[in-house]
Amino acid sequence: MTISLDQTIAQKQHSWLSAMLRSQAFWVLVSIVLACIFLSFATDSFATSKNIFNITRNVTFTAIIALGMTMVIIIGGIDLSVGSVLCLSSMILAITMNAGYGLEVGIAAAVLTSLAIGAFNGLLVAYLGFPPFVVTLGMLSIARSLAMVASNNTVVFEFGPDQGRLLDLGGGAWLFGIANPVLYMVVLALIVGFVLRWTKFGRHLYAIGGNEQAATLTGVPVRPIKVAVYMLSALSAGIAGIIQTGWLGAVTTNLGTGMELQVIAAAVIGGASLVGGIGTALGALVGAALIEVIRNSLGLLGINAFWQGTFIGGCIIIAVAFERVRQMRSSD
Amino acid sequence: MPILELSNISKHFGAIRAVNDVSFTLEAGEVVGLMGDNGAGKSTLVKMIAGNFAPSSGTMRMEGKGLVMHNPVDARRHGIEIVHQDLALCNNLTAAANVFLGREVHRWLGPIRILDYPTMYRRSGEIFAELKSETRPRDLIKNMSGGQRQAVAIARTRLAEAKVVIMDEPTAAISVRQIAEVLSLIQRLRDQGVTVILISHRMPDVFSVADRVIVLRRGHKVADRRIDQSSPEEVTGLITGAIEQV
Repeated sequence: MTISLDQTIAQKQHSWLSAMLRSQAFWVLVSIVLACIFLSFATDSFATSKNIFNITRNVTFTAIIALGMTMVIIIGGIDLSVGSVLCLSSMILAITMNAGYGLEVGIAAAVLTSLAIGAFNGLLVAYLGFPPFVVTLGMLSIARSLAMVASNNTVVFEFGPDQGRLLDLGGGAWLFGIANPVLYMVVLALIVGFVLRWTKFGRHLYAIGGNEQAATLTGVPVRPIKVAVYMLSALSAGIAGIIQTGWLGAVTTNLGTGMELQVIAAAVIGGASLVGGIGTALGALVGAALIEVIRNSLGLLGINAFWQGTFIGGCIIIAVAFERVRQMRSSD
Repeated sequence: MPILELSNISKHFGAIRAVNDVSFTLEAGEVVGLMGDNGAGKSTLVKMIAGNFAPSSGTMRMEGKGLVMHNPVDARRHGIEIVHQDLALCNNLTAAANVFLGREVHRWLGPIRILDYPTMYRRSGEIFAELKSETRPRDLIKNMSGGQRQAVAIARTRLAEAKVVIMDEPTAAISVRQIAEVLSLIQRLRDQGVTVILISHRMPDVFSVADRVIVLRRGHKVADRRIDQSSPEEVTGLITGAIEQV
């Protein structure tokens, strides 16, 4: 039987099922589910509502920043400053409210600070051609130092007249007993997922990561988009900082130390490729979730906490190994 | 009326005369091979047509109207598209996404503007069918053959409804088997009434697909011949300078 040209062109090579089976986020999700089932039987304390509440809430801070980081990684960049930006955003919020301003003013100040830092990173990377690694490494140092300067390196735990509202914002559970941070995470993930899949902006992120030169030649506004992405990354760190302030009820200047590495790990485990051009919002979430489940389960299984780094590091390397295998297959 | 007309075009970079007093006309639906050794002025000439450089002197006319371009976007607006040698494709995106890159089609979901995937898949499928290329709109570029990639790059120019398409060494980096595929793509473009400027080092390509050949040597036009009145030997002689001019 001969197949006409039109039939060949119209042929769909991949069903949604095969697309799902090829997605790294799916397999990470499967391993999380398997781990959870195992832990429910192996320990008494895993499947308790208190533990689930803790896990889901702990995931959120990493996951929210990983959403922003995933966008940066998709365009082939990296943002090392997120941990420090989280700290600075928290501190600005804390100091503003401590000075007697309301919750809204504090949040606005924290958000604007984050956006300004993101814009600074983005402008240097996009318009002056600085390597993102170096720019954001510099900002890692600067933002934390600014947080120390702003607070004189003290702990802030008095948040003025709106203290109750702030603590409720981060520590409450407004819907079906789900921790508030989890709600924010889900909403943000849906927005990011939608933007990546269904908007021109999202499409252009993948194009820039795939072939920046080609994107430029076809008229994609590469530079403004890069600036926007670094701003969104910083914004995600800022939002996580605001929520974490409400949850912890106190801000210290070592908040978010080393978080950038955990966030990058989450994005990579979730399938984002540091070469650029690949990554999903779901991946950011499941990557963060896997890290938290490992951390939680080691404690419950009575394994020495010093092993945590080995397990998480192993996951990162396995995730990258998966990507290598897929690349080798597709180049055959 | 010729589609594109170059009159006494020159380009100087300081003391270097890259292109010197070159004139020719292109008709609609014509494939013209542009040949010459490295440094003969091919790419400088083409960059002027594509809007990258302004000529130092001389004039260009498109469909009888004067053509003044300051950048490649101007050229595109006038219907001149270039297919780069590296094709400028994103390997991680689908064929359809590449065809529509920078020209995405939208539809409204309530108040939100979203990408119109069905329309973009359908329209790129139509263009591939028109080009008689077995290229599936949903496939990723990284899994495609050289010929299919070329089809995607050419489909972009069809989407833009280009009148003049400049192809920069389209057969330089692909396998022998796929060269035939690319040459047939060029013929499809001609069938659609598109004028193609084919820059190539490969004599067989030019002689199998072009209607005319223009030879440059040291910035001068040394020949403008109908293919059926010339021969590969003659063109080789013109390129090297063994034959002064015809």
